[in-house]
Amino acid sequence: MDLPILSIIVFLPIVSGFALLLFPSERRDLIYRFALAVAFICFVLSIAVYIGFDIEGARFQFIEKYDWLPDLGISYHVGVDGISTPLVLLTGIVIFTGVIISQRIDDRPREFFAFLFILASGVFGVFVALDLFGLFFFYEIAVFPMYLLIALWGWKETREYAAMKLTLYLFIGSVVALVGALAMYFEAGIGSFDMLALEQINFSLGFQQLWFPFVYLGFAVLGGIFPFHNWSPDGHVAAPTAVSMFHAGVLMKLGAFAALRVGILLMPEGAAYHFPWIIALTLVNVVYGAFIAMNQTDLKYMIGFSSVSHMGLVALGFATLTYDGFVGASLQMVSHGVMTALFFAVVGMIYDQSHTRQIPELGGLMKVMPFAGVAFIIGGLVSMGMPGFSGFIAEFPIFMGAWASYPLVAILAVVSIVITAAYVLRAVGGVFFGDIPENIKDHMHDITASEKLALSILAVVLVGVGVLPGVMVPMVESGVAWMSALLGGL
Amino acid sequence: MFGSITSEMILAILPEISLLLLIAIVFIADLVLPTKRRSLLASITSAGLALTILITVLYARPNGSSQLLWGGMLNHDWLAFVSKLIFLTTALFVTFFAANWKGIWQKGEFYVLLLTSTMGMTLVSSASDLIMLFLAIEMVSIPLYLLAGFLVDDDRSTEAGFKYLLFGAMTTAVMLYGFSLLFGFSGHTGFAEIGAAIGAGQIPTLALAGTSILILVGFGFKVSMAPLHFWAPDVYEGSPTPITTFLSTASKAAGFVALVRIMIAVFPAVQAEWTSFVAIAAALTMTIGNLIALSQTNIKRLLAYSSIAHAGYALLGVAAASVLGVTSVIYYFLAYVATNLAAFGVIMIASQTLKSDEIADYAGLSRRSPTLALFMLIAFLSLAGVPPLGGFIAKVLVFAAAVQADMIWLAVVGVLNAIIGIYYYLIVLKVVYLYDSDKKDQPIPSTRLQKGALIVSVLLIIFLGTFFAPWYDLALNGAAGLF
Repeated sequence: MDLPILSIIVFLPIVSGFALLLFPSERRDLIYRFALAVAFICFVLSIAVYIGFDIEGARFQFIEKYDWLPDLGISYHVGVDGISTPLVLLTGIVIFTGVIISQRIDDRPREFFAFLFILASGVFGVFVALDLFGLFFFYEIAVFPMYLLIALWGWKETREYAAMKLTLYLFIGSVVALVGALAMYFEAGIGSFDMLALEQINFSLGFQQLWFPFVYLGFAVLGGIFPFHNWSPDGHVAAPTAVSMFHAGVLMKLGAFAALRVGILLMPEGAAYHFPWIIALTLVNVVYGAFIAMNQTDLKYMIGFSSVSHMGLVALGFATLTYDGFVGASLQMVSHGVMTALFFAVVGMIYDQSHTRQIPELGGLMKVMPFAGVAFIIGGLVSMGMPGFSGFIAEFPIFMGAWASYPLVAILAVVSIVITAAYVLRAVGGVFFGDIPENIKDHMHDITASEKLALSILAVVLVGVGVLPGVMVPMVESGVAWMSALLGGL
Repeated sequence: MFGSITSEMILAILPEISLLLLIAIVFIADLVLPTKRRSLLASITSAGLALTILITVLYARPNGSSQLLWGGMLNHDWLAFVSKLIFLTTALFVTFFAANWKGIWQKGEFYVLLLTSTMGMTLVSSASDLIMLFLAIEMVSIPLYLLAGFLVDDDRSTEAGFKYLLFGAMTTAVMLYGFSLLFGFSGHTGFAEIGAAIGAGQIPTLALAGTSILILVGFGFKVSMAPLHFWAPDVYEGSPTPITTFLSTASKAAGFVALVRIMIAVFPAVQAEWTSFVAIAAALTMTIGNLIALSQTNIKRLLAYSSIAHAGYALLGVAAASVLGVTSVIYYFLAYVATNLAAFGVIMIASQTLKSDEIADYAGLSRRSPTLALFMLIAFLSLAGVPPLGGFIAKVLVFAAAVQADMIWLAVVGVLNAIIGIYYYLIVLKVVYLYDSDKKDQPIPSTRLQKGALIVSVLLIIFLGTFFAPWYDLALNGAAGLF
């Protein structure tokens, strides 16, 4: 295909974002329609990439490569493999559904969508980058708009604090990883930032043992790894709905993805050396995150901590260094992304009408917004890892991988499923069943058609992957098979 | 003593000749123009500077390797070329932004002093002889002392000028002492000859290391290197903002160019000593600048401390003392100057309406003037080192230089400082975007020229952060000539 489809996906949002800033601010309708159109194009293009990806084909496809700064070996090099293709699709889904449900942003919508699109470009860029410098470039583009999005449009109570905390955590992580990446660049001595070339370098064992924790943990901060997870629930709660969806649904995957690409693939021996203790951290994520989620009465905090728990499963899957673990973790990134986006979308809709997110203050919403209720329950079933939903397809291999390498970890991690079931069912029961409390009864009504559309898209993916694993699993397996070959077997 | 004057020699100093003519024209115009037509002075100055830039690009381009001209006084190389363009462009922008600035913009002395200082900088950037360098530095500094104290009715401005003079004179004396020691030890004044004499082992290492420190102290003052940074916040705050802009961009860049040139050419024999001194100074400078910036409530003081911190980052590249290191310093200044021009440009425009430099008074700026707020956002994010803006690439390059030179601890100090920087830049942006003010319906006017200058500087920031190969090549050319 001649169309530089990945470049279009990466640059369309940011260019549109800057274009939006030139719109007259009072033309709100026009601004929203333009944003929706751009998001829709991204969505369609990401589907096109997903469909066009040939599982039997080369490891990286849709490759584009141009010189960027030849003197230092920096190139604009993009391409997708079996692991990043589903993530590109995920981003397309979340940006489209996120824009759909942001119709009611009334404070400076022009700036809101502009920053959201800059964020989207950064995210797409990281998923497709095959150049280490390019990866950092897009990674940081993805981080800073979060500050403005949360601080300006977030929940008034905590937004300033949460936005700053999030930004500082993420920047600390990324700059620490940056120093590690520079060290790799000079150690390799090939004068290139190309990750495919760097994968072939066998860094000395001492070097890998020294630098792996910096690079891995630097990125894993964004993946929400314990003990650096604290920014994440605060950020989720303070963010406006579309940003929460983006943040939990996609942004946290950037961390896990970059930790895989730069950490594990470039320094596999360092990974093998350090993972026995890192896996303990991820286990804390999984179990401790679930326990904290159970203690929350605020729906957004509950989902925020459940994200910490589920992202822990992603990190755990990779940390097992097994084939099954990799497959499961890669699938979990997509499954959890869509599921969390759906949760936050529903919570946003509830909050818009009731102005509360406290589970005890809600109830009986199934009667007024059955569609949202069903969607939420689907998300809940995914979260619990029920067979027939994407969560099962993703989590089962993770536990298999864990069992193969660290049986004790597997046993302890499985506990989280029970806890998850407890808090999800409690939330579903408390929010959607029973009677509607008197004080909110009058202003609750059904969600709009466009909101239903957004929820349907998300729910269809969750059920679709669960019922027909064949639409995604073989692709991910092909990506993992290449990695396995690269690492000399998993 | 120069032998016959060749066309090459003339071409090399064409920018200076052009500036000198311009100074004469402005001077005469100031005498003959009636008071109400004085606004023409700004037009003459900017047209002349634009012409000078054009002349520099067309005729004063060095061809290939560096050439020593005018009896070894001047070095006609890429480093000088790039720096001259930076200084001239900065002077041009400052002239634009100074339009309508009460108390200075209709005064011929302002333009004459500004141009004289600029001319001094162009000479600093190519000086390759101790005497030439010293004269050029004084030519930069003396007009700046006057400019800092330009508003004679304003106590803070007078204080700024006087403080700057006292600190400056003292550190210049120290630097001059270093120069005289160098001459005394080697018997030469040309950088190349001194370097050769040192290479031949004529000078005891201890004396040499001491001399290098004396010279570093002198330049450390110019570039506000800790612990010689104390003057900067007071002078920046008290000076008229156009002068502050000039001080924090061109003057600082000039200091760095001369610093790099003399240290690399003269002191390779004691490189280990002076680079470790610079490394420690860099760590101190960044940390002090950033930490004190955290508690500032005045935007000019905040930018003063931020510019101290940025000097620290650029010193990282100096400490690396490698091709990549010098390249990164030059790139740093390309990005830093463009960014600070935009940042100060916004402040100059805003403060004419706000009548205040307090950060709190910037509340609601994004509603009063969304464009101005957006420019401020871009400038401050570039200062914070966020892609796709120039500041990001510049920071990555200096950190890369430090890692390459095996100063990983310094790179780590650098990146941690970058985080502190992000914090206070975001705080300002928060005030601009998040907080409301009761004057939110009053727009903030700006002239077309000011807006144009801002747009150009913002575009420069974005170009420096996205299409960086041409800029990098320019910087690399400049650096390669030194080694």
